[in-house]
Amino acid sequence: MAGHVDTSKGLPSHPERATLEGKNKFLGFWFFLGGETILFATFFGTYLGLRNGIADGPSSQEMFHLPLVFIMTMLLLTSSLTSVLAMFAMKKNNFRAFKVWMWITVLLGLSFLGFEIYEFYEYVHQGFGFTTSAFSSSFYSLVGLHGAHVAFGLSWIIVLLIRYNKSGITLTNAPKFYVAGLYWHFIDVVWVFIFTVVYLMGVGGH
Amino acid sequence: MAAQKQEKSVIWDWLTTVDHKKLGIMYLIAGTLFFVKAGVMALFMRIQLMYPEMNFLSGQTFNEFITMHGTIMLFLAATPLLFAFMNYVIPLQIGARDVAFPFVNALGFWIFFAGGLLLSLSWFFGGGPDAGWTAYVPLSSRDYAGVGLDFYVLGLQVSGIGTLISAINFLVTIINMRAPGMTMMRLPLFVWTSFISSTLILFAFTPLAAGLALLMLDRIFGAQFFIPSMGGNTVLWQHIFWIFGHPEVYILVLPAFGIISEVIPAFSRKRLFGYTAMVFATMIIAFLGFMVWAHHMFTVGMGPVANSIFAIATMTIAVPTGIKIFNWLFTMWGGKITFNTAMLFASSFVPTFVLGGVTGVMLAMAPVDYLYHDTYFVVAHFHYIIVGGIVLALFAGLFYWYPKMFGHMLNETLGKLFFWIFYIGFHLTFFVQHLLGLMGMPRRVYTYLGDQGLDTFNFISTIGTFFMSAGVILLVINVIYSAFKGERVTVADPWDARTLEWAVPTPVPEYNFAQTPQVRSLDPLFYEKIHGDGTMKPAEPIQPIHMPNGSILPLIISIGLFFAGLGFIMMNMDNPIINPWIVAIGGLVITFGSMFVRSVKEDHGYYVPVEQVKADLKKGGN
Repeated sequence: MAGHVDTSKGLPSHPERATLEGKNKFLGFWFFLGGETILFATFFGTYLGLRNGIADGPSSQEMFHLPLVFIMTMLLLTSSLTSVLAMFAMKKNNFRAFKVWMWITVLLGLSFLGFEIYEFYEYVHQGFGFTTSAFSSSFYSLVGLHGAHVAFGLSWIIVLLIRYNKSGITLTNAPKFYVAGLYWHFIDVVWVFIFTVVYLMGVGGH
Repeated sequence: MAAQKQEKSVIWDWLTTVDHKKLGIMYLIAGTLFFVKAGVMALFMRIQLMYPEMNFLSGQTFNEFITMHGTIMLFLAATPLLFAFMNYVIPLQIGARDVAFPFVNALGFWIFFAGGLLLSLSWFFGGGPDAGWTAYVPLSSRDYAGVGLDFYVLGLQVSGIGTLISAINFLVTIINMRAPGMTMMRLPLFVWTSFISSTLILFAFTPLAAGLALLMLDRIFGAQFFIPSMGGNTVLWQHIFWIFGHPEVYILVLPAFGIISEVIPAFSRKRLFGYTAMVFATMIIAFLGFMVWAHHMFTVGMGPVANSIFAIATMTIAVPTGIKIFNWLFTMWGGKITFNTAMLFASSFVPTFVLGGVTGVMLAMAPVDYLYHDTYFVVAHFHYIIVGGIVLALFAGLFYWYPKMFGHMLNETLGKLFFWIFYIGFHLTFFVQHLLGLMGMPRRVYTYLGDQGLDTFNFISTIGTFFMSAGVILLVINVIYSAFKGERVTVADPWDARTLEWAVPTPVPEYNFAQTPQVRSLDPLFYEKIHGDGTMKPAEPIQPIHMPNGSILPLIISIGLFFAGLGFIMMNMDNPIINPWIVAIGGLVITFGSMFVRSVKEDHGYYVPVEQVKADLKKGGN
């Protein structure tokens, strides 16, 4: 069944979708991202419903610090760009360039995660804990869920990079890399919404 | 790399199988176990309500039973029983060798099963959940509900993951794995409804997962989502729950519609009337199903504007549903109908479901809903949908597909007796509950006072449940009897049916189709009977067939999830035997460790050689 693809003359132009298995992975992953979208939408809805429920705790204006969030945003947006460059390298069958761009993506993601941990640490230090108010619970669960996704995406990409360090791009690993790349973009898009809905609206609008 | 298949022991074979047909049978068995369990609880509750002020069950036990009955029936009985048929039938009906992700298919089953076991474990640790299957806060908050509710939260969370990944698997299978010529508008209606139902699962189970996560954070980690004094909001839970909960009804009932749309044409000797209208009606029902969740919340105080919008949207669903009802009637109209057990169930489904739909329109009228709200009228309405709709369809599907799944027929005499006893019992039980509701009997209470005019109908209702139980016992007897004495089926097509699953030999070879069939029309097998020689034309030469290897990893991953969930629950127990964090993290390590192994180890499956396929062909006759 797994429709044989002739690779003797190099990879086809879309190695990630050349086999039926790759096609299935590709489509299944899009459905998975659809589900993830709804999952985040529910957490966003919860946050929007509860963001004024600060009880006796601090409000968003007192806590959020835009310069730090700006740096985090830049790091994550850039990492999406570098992962795109990696996919271009994959389509040109340039494994070396692919690996370089992927590792840069990983580094940018790791530094984003570092800043986020620092941010949470500072907030808790200033008396804004997970259990302080409904607002704090919804903030930490939404941003934390995103952070967990970043961490999972990073470990996923790192495992793939180590596993296929020497194999070059094949029809087996191309769908895996491609799907991990899609996941990384998804994380990035969610962050754009968090940046707007949580931080910008939290500091400015009411 | 791709080696030959190795022989294994029977038990190991079933534990590691990734074959959609075996998984279908496993879903059938697991779903039946949970169905019986929740059914016995219902029977006990009805015995408690047989006479006023009975002392058969305590109020606490009644609350636990009512919660577990609803939860188990919806999540662990109806869903897996439908999944059983989807798993078994979809790949056969679309002419595929298997589902798109056989490994994920096995994973979905085992995770569902682990979640179900986790939920059932609550009985051994201080009682079941007792806040109703909707788990409304603050009833389900830490102040009012004990550790049983943590079993509810994490059991459902785990089994929900299984349902979700199975749904994605079905979606990809139906889009990518169809045989040549099997266009989307030639899909059998059961495949169409399963496809749309899977879409609903994808978009409805994720809010449930989020809601359960929030409730877990509240209960175990001290979050404040649903605590008003800390800025939280209790109505938020109702919105999240019903954004899942209303589509859930359609998740269950659409595949039931699909089964009916397969059985009625097969035994009316006519093609389904209005195929295209059926497909689009299904889509419209699914879409509207998402837009009406707040009709469960008319009395919450959303205001007249919101109530009106949701009332009108709800009533709109009657239109596409009516299209379906009339198409089934027109299919039977003038047909040469065979009333065997499957057809009895399928044809009786139609009026019963209409009755449930009519009371649905009544409930959709927001002002009158203030009258019906939380009375037995609501209970009667949704049991007409769920028992009179989904369960009747499941029985129709069971009798219809049984010969293909198990190689022998179910006994018709016992089957018809089962039908009549069950069907009469069903109406006895639930029809009078409409009247009880109109008389003002509230739901969810464990007893009532005498001489209020409620005695007679409650008594009749309980007698009805005895009939239904007797019916189910007859079904069990039928299954056992037929296994030994039933008529053996060796032909591919015992019903003279219309769709592709009847083109493969019985028992079905592991690879389903020796050669992928060429589909030339809607109802492909019937088309070949009329226009060809009665067998499917092959779309490919006989060649080695690529098959996936079995794997024990799905079982291990779900065991890991089971212990992760148990660990979180133990955090709310008074004296846990082991440190809960060890159990939780240990479970997660097992799960992620096996996922790591799975992603790092490449498994290319094996090939069934041409000689083997040819030998099977000679033996089975395709």
